[in-house]
Amino acid sequence: MVPIAYYLILAAILFSIGICAFLIKRNIITVFMSIELMLNAVNLTFVAFSHMWHHVQGQIFVFFVMVVAAAEAAVGLAIIIAIFRARQTLDVDQINLMKN
Amino acid sequence: MQLALFLIFGVLCVAGALIFLFQRHPINSALSLVAVMMSLAVIYWTLGAEFLAAAQVIVYSGAIMVLFVFVVMLLNAGEETRTHGSSMAYVAGIPGVAGILALLTYIFLHEREALGAAQLGGHLDGATSNIAELSRVLFTELLLPFEVTSILILVAILGAVVLARKEQ
Repeated sequence: MVPIAYYLILAAILFSIGICAFLIKRNIITVFMSIELMLNAVNLTFVAFSHMWHHVQGQIFVFFVMVVAAAEAAVGLAIIIAIFRARQTLDVDQINLMKN
Repeated sequence: MQLALFLIFGVLCVAGALIFLFQRHPINSALSLVAVMMSLAVIYWTLGAEFLAAAQVIVYSGAIMVLFVFVVMLLNAGEETRTHGSSMAYVAGIPGVAGILALLTYIFLHEREALGAAQLGGHLDGATSNIAELSRVLFTELLLPFEVTSILILVAILGAVVLARKEQ
């Protein structure tokens, strides 16, 4: 018997590491990967609460999140390839067309 | 027993995420993220979500991360330079993250009695399996959202093809 709270704390730790990676990383692909890490952390929360409330709706929500994450990864990586073609760099500091 | 399983794979998860955070090469980051996702699949299984554990392995570590590795190799992404992008991210971001983590941990530990405990194999009895229950809800109550996701994936495929196409 493991307390549900431990699962939720694990999810919170993973989410925090995801935010830190999002802030620290400078490669656009790894920034995108840290978003996937945060999505995974939220999925773990959904599964834990679904277990707690004895409902499968939470697991179905995770299923839909996975579908949307797959679609998002396909479109996002296509955008990254388009950015690389246009600007020849993957550094987020140098992709500042909309800053000025 | 179950606590040992949770601790082993939870530590593996956090270790993989930390390696992801501190590695500089995108390929190493992607592979450590695969380790995180595989250990999360085991944790889903201990929570009684067998279908999601399989889907996690197939969709996340099998499809999405392979797509990431493929793009890293295609664009020949090298080691990233650690420049100080914006000081705002370090001044406000990192303490904010630490504060949110501390708050969430405090709340969860404070309410751990109310949250209850997880048992291996989930809450269902032996007669109904997780996949049967999941598919019953998915194909009766939530049939329309399920069908809409197919349109979403179709649009995503078209968008990816259009965006990644070479311009004439």
